[in-house]
Amino acid sequence: MRVTRRQAFGLGLGATALILAGPATLPAVAKKAETADDAVKAFTGGAEAKSGKISLTTPEIAENGNTVPVAFEVESPMTAEDHVQEVLVLADGNPRPGVATFHFSELSGEAAASTRIRLAKTQNVVVVAKMSNGSYYMDKRLVKVTIGGCGG
Amino acid sequence: MLNRREFLHAAVATGAILGTAGAGSWRALAAQQALMSQDDLLKFPTMGNVTLVHVTDIHAQLKPIYFREPSTNLGVGEVKGLPPHVTGKDFLKLYNIKPGSPEAYALCSDDYIALANNYGRMGGMDRIATVLNSIRAERADNTLFLDGGDTWQGSYTSYKTKAADMVEVMNSLKPDAMTSHWEFTYGIDRVKEIVDDLPFAFLGGNIFDAEWEEPAFEATKMFERGGVKVAVIGQAFPYLPVANPRWMFPNLSFGIREEQVQKNVDQARADGAQVVVLLSHNGFDVDRKMAGRVKGIDVILTGHTHDALPEPVIVGKTLVIASGSHGKFLSRVDLDVQGGEVKGYKYKLIPIFSDVIAPDKATTELVDKVRAPYEEELNTVLGKTDSLLYRRGNFNGTFDDLICDALISERESDIAMSPGFRWGTTLLPGQDITTEILHNATSMTYPAAYRSEMSGKMIHDILEDVADNLFNPDPYYQQGGDMVRVGGMGYKIDVGKPIGSRISEMTLLKTGELIDPAKTYVVSGWASVNEGTKGPAIWDVVADYIKEKKTVSLTPNTSVKVEGI
Repeated sequence: MRVTRRQAFGLGLGATALILAGPATLPAVAKKAETADDAVKAFTGGAEAKSGKISLTTPEIAENGNTVPVAFEVESPMTAEDHVQEVLVLADGNPRPGVATFHFSELSGEAAASTRIRLAKTQNVVVVAKMSNGSYYMDKRLVKVTIGGCGG
Repeated sequence: MLNRREFLHAAVATGAILGTAGAGSWRALAAQQALMSQDDLLKFPTMGNVTLVHVTDIHAQLKPIYFREPSTNLGVGEVKGLPPHVTGKDFLKLYNIKPGSPEAYALCSDDYIALANNYGRMGGMDRIATVLNSIRAERADNTLFLDGGDTWQGSYTSYKTKAADMVEVMNSLKPDAMTSHWEFTYGIDRVKEIVDDLPFAFLGGNIFDAEWEEPAFEATKMFERGGVKVAVIGQAFPYLPVANPRWMFPNLSFGIREEQVQKNVDQARADGAQVVVLLSHNGFDVDRKMAGRVKGIDVILTGHTHDALPEPVIVGKTLVIASGSHGKFLSRVDLDVQGGEVKGYKYKLIPIFSDVIAPDKATTELVDKVRAPYEEELNTVLGKTDSLLYRRGNFNGTFDDLICDALISERESDIAMSPGFRWGTTLLPGQDITTEILHNATSMTYPAAYRSEMSGKMIHDILEDVADNLFNPDPYYQQGGDMVRVGGMGYKIDVGKPIGSRISEMTLLKTGELIDPAKTYVVSGWASVNEGTKGPAIWDVVADYIKEKKTVSLTPNTSVKVEGI
């Protein structure tokens, strides 16, 4: 995984703390090669993750499966009373679905980040946001990884 | 049936392809025209204050050509049965076109050979110049001339001159902006070299620096025409790094980037644009979807999928205009813009009948000048064809059958694959196959004809992958090419199924046996996107084959069984 300098600057504005992928730094839930569903359940403690609030940007078809740009933004006033606490990013078709967990606080200003991830094959990128009131939101987008070579 | 001379001079009940909203209504207007003459073709009920002139996907065709439209062009999901996924008699019926008429010849594949003999070649940059000059003469201060891209690639001379021929001729026609696709297959350095000197805008709002995710080319150009501020936003082919060799432009990222398009539209409006035009190389279905999702686009001038439609497809308040390919057509859209809103429009898809529209002398001279150094090679006769040679269609075309036959024979393989390109001109039975004609179907910067071993499973995976690029029910996942053409192997395809289960009954034709996923087969092909692909250029392989055969005959290809239509 690689975060370019400028993206790192961009992230710095939005996220006070950022823990990047590496399965070792992920929450315990993702350490074993569990399914994405298991990881989501562990993250939400079984609570329902609603749709909405998250805008997730991925390419429809990956130009290079080894470095697929992924960006998200969670709608939130980001105040002490109402803010995004954590955002879990998963790739549900990778051997290890866990990608990253981003931590935010009311000092973050906005709950947005972008990074690049490796996708082994066509799959969903899943994003789950934990809000300060204990609710969860989820969004996912299909990213196609093609063999390529016969278009045009 | 009229011969060409009669066609030129006799009263024909139809004149021009003249459209207004709603399928079927344009024919009545066209029928009012009595003569098929240049004046009739150019006649237009001028309106409003802005005129858009659109050409796209010329594929470096400087001279008039034959180009047969597809007989199979399937749509899936929500667009099933909708234009442009209507062909043959259904198309004629939908647009109320008389079989055998000039419009039927221009827009359909039915009775193609007979009609081609009657109505002759279409296109030619010098004829396009005549139409353009005529529009500009009438609407000097109102006209924008926009090129949808795929302009620089597709001929022997464009390959030899690295697009200098097309750039020189297009520059002489003074476009106001263009967008791109195959342009990038000359490599990023050549593109930059040309764009640096281009006397008009090279737009691509979806072209980004792959490292920094910053815009790599201008997105929008603002014009003032007829007192109206017109924003033209460029949208290059979204899947260049997937469908074409990424190593030729390694630092660029493309993509549909719908959010970016919306941002650019909003910005254009904020900057005072009263009309927003998307000059797009998305492909028709992608643009139709985008028209329904991005707010504030008045006109999408679509390209890439080579569709020619005599009427706009209207999505909400957006006109989607499809202007064909290879210089066969030129679109004119007149807009009446009042108070920042389009109050009315007139549209005409002008067919460039090369025997009816007089060539513009200066452009003819320029075209002849850029071709002069190559005339001898261009006219070299390799052999003759007994059959109609064409490419367009979802599953096969006789030109690709010929290419696959040549690959199997010359590269000694079991199976051959030819990419589902949509460019390439048509040759009539009895005509000579010249170097020029062969290059019209093969000209590119990565022509190596490879020969490799593939397992049955891999061949299946490739077919599934390409089929999903064409038949994914979500247009944003489509790449806009046709199905890869396969020689030496038959298969069944259910276009309605999801990826992984569309292709079945893969059969090795020479033995009649089913393809074994575990067995290895020798496969030849061309136009691999992988860097360092080895092999002779495809045009040399096919030329050798044609020279041996002297006359080629292609029988109808029945090796692909299509279901789920």
